[in-house]
Amino acid sequence: MRAIAEGLFTDETPPRLLGGRERTTGRVVFPCPAGDACDPVPLAREGRLWSYTVQRYRPKTPPYAGPEAFAPWIVAYVELPGEVIVEARLVDVAFDAVEIGMPLRLVQVPLDPDAAEPLAIPAFAPIKGAGA
Amino acid sequence: MSDVCIVGIGIHPLGRTDGLSGVDQGVFAVRQALADAGVDWPQVQFAYGSSDAAGNPDTMVDRLGLTGVQFINVRNGCAAGGSALFSAQMAIKSGEFELGLAVGFDKHPRGAFNALPSEYNLPDWYGEAGYMVTTQFFAAKIMRYMHMFGISHQTLARVAEKAFRNGAHAPHAWRRQPVPIEEILAAPLVSDPYTKYMFCSPAEGGVALVLASEKKARELGKPLVRLKAATMRTRPPHSFEVFAPSVDVVADDSAPRGTATRIASADAFRLAGIGPGDIDVAQLQDTEAGAEIMHMAENGFCADGDQEGWLAEGWTEIGGTLPVNTDGGCLACGEPIGASGLRQVYENVVQLRGDGGGRQVPGHRRGGPKTAYSHVYGAPGVSAVTILER
Repeated sequence: MRAIAEGLFTDETPPRLLGGRERTTGRVVFPCPAGDACDPVPLAREGRLWSYTVQRYRPKTPPYAGPEAFAPWIVAYVELPGEVIVEARLVDVAFDAVEIGMPLRLVQVPLDPDAAEPLAIPAFAPIKGAGA
Repeated sequence: MSDVCIVGIGIHPLGRTDGLSGVDQGVFAVRQALADAGVDWPQVQFAYGSSDAAGNPDTMVDRLGLTGVQFINVRNGCAAGGSALFSAQMAIKSGEFELGLAVGFDKHPRGAFNALPSEYNLPDWYGEAGYMVTTQFFAAKIMRYMHMFGISHQTLARVAEKAFRNGAHAPHAWRRQPVPIEEILAAPLVSDPYTKYMFCSPAEGGVALVLASEKKARELGKPLVRLKAATMRTRPPHSFEVFAPSVDVVADDSAPRGTATRIASADAFRLAGIGPGDIDVAQLQDTEAGAEIMHMAENGFCADGDQEGWLAEGWTEIGGTLPVNTDGGCLACGEPIGASGLRQVYENVVQLRGDGGGRQVPGHRRGGPKTAYSHVYGAPGVSAVTILER
């Protein structure tokens, strides 16, 4: 599955997210901004849920490029320890089972699973068997 | 130094007014404010005007009179009105002018605020993936706050219920029908934990304030409503703001993070020489129910988590210790961006004059309110605060 944009993920299997480390401050941001202010830095695959919400209605198109038929999804902020908190989807968990602090691992999910050539976006899923 | 005074107020009702442009609504408010102050347009020496999406405010000189007046337009996100007022009071404080105007208006269509990634220096994929949605940020911010400080859904609903109940007594409010708390909680979710009643809507409206030096205000014979502080500040490092693909990690994340509001508020209290406990009535940015909750603490009125008790005890009701959002705030009035911050100050002047009718707060020892506080917050991390004194 092709990524929704260049430079979001590393090329390894499984991939990691690519952040940017600001050269002057060491601050880590995501995604890695264009230009030479930041060096690309692979981010940790695992972290914990920092906060979240459920997107209950279809965002407007443009810019949203997801499927016409809408089913709500979770927007998560995931803390990658010592690095940065990143925004991504949260999958493989019921809405009422989501808990701030739960351990998560990076996965890729298709923005539109029914597309001829689905595009991968960053997501996190609960680490099975891990206690919160 | 002598104080800047607010000597005239005007408002075009908020909501939706077909057939009237944003500028029209601004002009309506200006005329009302001039009449209230007892001054004519040619006496006005300067104006600051704010509008986010309804055209250039200075074009209203067409309608008000081509007097050659200095007229500066201000755009500053949701803090635009507050920024116009800040600039206006500085013009008088500097000694350059003694009578001027701050006006704000807007006209947003239903479902407005269509943000594109490129306007925020964000990559296109961020919008394609569905993240250019402001409600997601507000929801995620309160979700973490609820987790950290034990705020309940019931408390969020209490804020919305109070807003519509207060709005019923404010002629300028848009949503003036009380909604039972059960209905607020059972309504469809927009972005968890918020139901549709817990978010304000983009709206229309106009507000104008006439400002004068203390000397000029005395000449006009108006009761002196003094602007003791007006501050506008931007965000500190590590804050969590709208449209954030990432947020900084911090060493200790168990305390609330710094915000533009905390800075603007602390500076306003320092300038006014009083503290949160001295305030008789407050208008706090409530674009969603949780914003009022978080802003109670960010503006120094209570500790984080104490809001749960405050709302249960009714301390922010009209008759409470600190009445908050007495005209129903953004939840009942909607949000015309350029006018919103000035609407709060308008409401505070109404309260200080004792003209609040069914929503009038009794004030200190029930002798009428002496001090009033207003606060707006906007993307990406701007905040404006005023403190008025009678």
